[in-house]
Order: sequence, then structure tokens, then C-alpha cells
Amino acid sequence: MQQTIFTTLSINDLWFMMEGAAKTLWLTFWGALLGTCLGAVLGWIKTLDNWLLTSPVNMVTDVLRSVPLLIQFVLWSSGLGILGFNLDVFHISVIALSLYMAAYVSEVVRGGILAVPTVTRKAARSLGMTYWQDLRYVVLPIGTGIVLPAWIGLVLGLMKDTSLVAVIGYIELLRASQIIINRTQEPILVLLGAGIFYFALGYPISKLSGRIKTQGAY
Amino acid sequence: MIVIEDLHKSFGSLEVLRGVTMTVQKSEVVVVIGASGSGKSTLLQCINGLEPIQGGRIEVDGVEVHAPKTDLNKLRRKIGIVFQQYNVFPHLTALENVTLAPRKVLGTSREEAREMGLAQLKHVGLLDKADVYPRALSGGQQQRLAIARALAMKPGYMLFDEITSALDPELVGEVLDTLRMLSHEGMTMICVTHEMGFAREVAHRIVFFDEGVICEEGPPAELLDNPQQPRTRQFLRQVR
Repeated sequence: MQQTIFTTLSINDLWFMMEGAAKTLWLTFWGALLGTCLGAVLGWIKTLDNWLLTSPVNMVTDVLRSVPLLIQFVLWSSGLGILGFNLDVFHISVIALSLYMAAYVSEVVRGGILAVPTVTRKAARSLGMTYWQDLRYVVLPIGTGIVLPAWIGLVLGLMKDTSLVAVIGYIELLRASQIIINRTQEPILVLLGAGIFYFALGYPISKLSGRIKTQGAY
Repeated sequence: MIVIEDLHKSFGSLEVLRGVTMTVQKSEVVVVIGASGSGKSTLLQCINGLEPIQGGRIEVDGVEVHAPKTDLNKLRRKIGIVFQQYNVFPHLTALENVTLAPRKVLGTSREEAREMGLAQLKHVGLLDKADVYPRALSGGQQQRLAIARALAMKPGYMLFDEITSALDPELVGEVLDTLRMLSHEGMTMICVTHEMGFAREVAHRIVFFDEGVICEEGPPAELLDNPQQPRTRQFLRQVR
């Protein structure tokens, strides 16, 4: 009698994994969007000649970059709970991912701003452009071209890191796969499927990066 | 008119300009020569307020450059500057390089800016390169583009900071030709350069900088052929 608690893979499992993949994509989207916006501001602050602003930013981003993301998820999850914020797992995940992403983006942005030659910026100012016009019309476009490949690398990393939110109970692609594995005892097949999903999400992003690299910076 | 009085400028503990006094009249072409590190480039960047100063004063058309109340963004429109390299905006075409500041700073309309931009490019012989990105331009063309871009703001003064020093020798000529053209048009210019032949030909006055002060100045023929100061003689022997 083969009838056990284990059942074979079905089309429903595929749907379940696709749902997980969609959540992975959604987490990546929000983490990348919020993390990039915040990271851009933090990175800009890091280039300012004002230690009152730069030192706290450096300290926070150093912490965010050195504490493993897995631990950050657990700490945000329990910490926000203790502080009385009643957030669901998705929002906690987005908060943790965004801050983690922002810390890395800030370094990339700082590097991008500093990579714009001082003389080019002085040339802009010498034409009567204000600090903000220089930032908007000269530093932003030149710097973006310089940092885009690195930023895409960060987004790819972020997408893979979303799998860690499983520890706080969010059912994204990897957690969905684990659930199916528990039921079907088909780890190789299911993980292969999960791998294909991750690849399908990540490949277009890395392809884009390759195209930008071959176009080259100026 | 540019009036510089007892100008002092330091980078940290290093005093680069140690009391410079000079005046540049309208339509005058002043060439500044001197060894590397003598403060020539710093002087230019002080004139349009790109660098703060530690003492003395600079006046451009009666406006004190480093006075707290001075609107530097407004003042800088009057003073064009071209640097040794990395002048042009790499992400913009030649025409966009020229029209960016007029459009954003002066609020010139797109069509008007385009017309004026093309005229400036023609002026420096780059009309056929209007839609080309700087990476496809030679070093000499990039410098001429930088000149056109500065001229687009209709400045009263042009400052040139060793603009041929980073160029291959065969490209120097075309850039110097552009400067000659400007001097014939009556542009007020301060040129920092090591091109002695150009200095002799174009300058109304040559100023020799040594260790942050003006060591000697005078008309080209006098200063180059009959220098009074031992330091000037020594420098001129070295560059020849």
C-alpha cells in the first residue's frame, strides 16, 4: 500500500510556486525601489563635507552592511512587534530589505558621485549653474551611467536575498518550494524548478546589465 | 575690469598665492606664465569664485567676488573658464553641451538656444559635430567645444587654464587659433599657458608668477627678450 501522507507533484504545486515567485518579485521590486531612493539620499549625504551629517549615516550603513540579513529579519520582526507596531510579514520584510539595500546603494551612489571629475563639476558651476543644477544635469546622468552595472548587481543580490524572509514566515518562492518538498519528498525536482524560476526572474536583469556594460560609459 | 588686490589663498597650511595684485582692463589679453605650482591656475579659479580666498579682494566689474552678499551664480555668467581637461559633459552631444547652461541658467527657449548653440559651434569650427558625443571628438575639438560652451553664456571675460597642456602636439594649433580669433574679436582674456610663441604673439601683457607672487610683468617683447628678474631669466631659459 503506497498510500501515505506524501503525495505526488501536481499542477497546483506549480501554481503555488508561481505565486511564490510573484511574491519574490514583489519583495524585490519594493526593496529595490525604496532601497534605491533612500540609498541615493544617503550616498549623496556621504559625499558632503559635513561630518555631523556623514558620520551618523556612515555608522548606520556600516551596521546594516555588516549584520547578516537573516539576523536583521528576525530583529526587525521581533523588534517592531515589541515596539507595538502591528505590521504584517510582508511589510516587515520590505522594511528590512529596503534598509539593507539602501546601505549598499549608498556606497555605490557615493562612489558614482565621486567618480564625476571635479573639473567637470567646476565647469558646470562656472557656467552659472547652481549646486542643484550641477547635481541634476551633470552629476546625476554621468554618475548613473557609471553606477548602473553595480546597481543591477545589487538588485540581483537582493532578489536572491529575499529568500531569507522565509525565517519570519513569509511564503515566497523558496519557502513555497520547501512546503512542497515536505509534502512530496521530491527535493531535487522542486529545487530545480525553484532554480529555474529564480533564473527566469534574474536573467533579464543581468542581461540588461550586460547590455549597459557593452555600451560602455562615455 | 578685473581688479585683484593683495590676494592670499591657501590650501590647508600651504599658501599658494601670497599677495597678488593685478588689474586686467577690458579687451586686454593677459598671459600668465610660471612654473607648475606657482599658483597660476588657482588664481583663475579664485577670480570666478570657484575657490574661496583667505585674504585680499577680487573685483569683477565693480562686484567683489568673495563678498558674502555676491550672487556667484550670477557673477559667473560673466566669466567663462576653460580647464586643461575633463571640461565637456560626456553625456551630452556637442550642441547640448553648448545649450545646457543657457537653457537652465538663462531660461532661453529650446529653439533660441539651438540657434545660438549652432552659431557658437560654427564660430569654433564644430558645426558639423553638433550631434556628436564628446567621446567621438579629438582632444582639440573637445577644448574648442568647451570654449564654445563658455561663449554661449556671452561672458565679458574668458579665463583659460593651460587648455593646450593635455593635448597631442598636432592638436595644439587649432585650439590656439581659436584663442587668436577671440583676441582679435576683442575678448578680455587671461590665459595661463606654456606656449611662449603664442604668448608673444597674442598677449598685450605677460605676467610671470613665481612662488605665489607676481615676480615680473610687462609687454611680451620686454619680458621675454629682456627680463629684469633673475628668476624670470631662469624660467625662460628652462622653457625654451
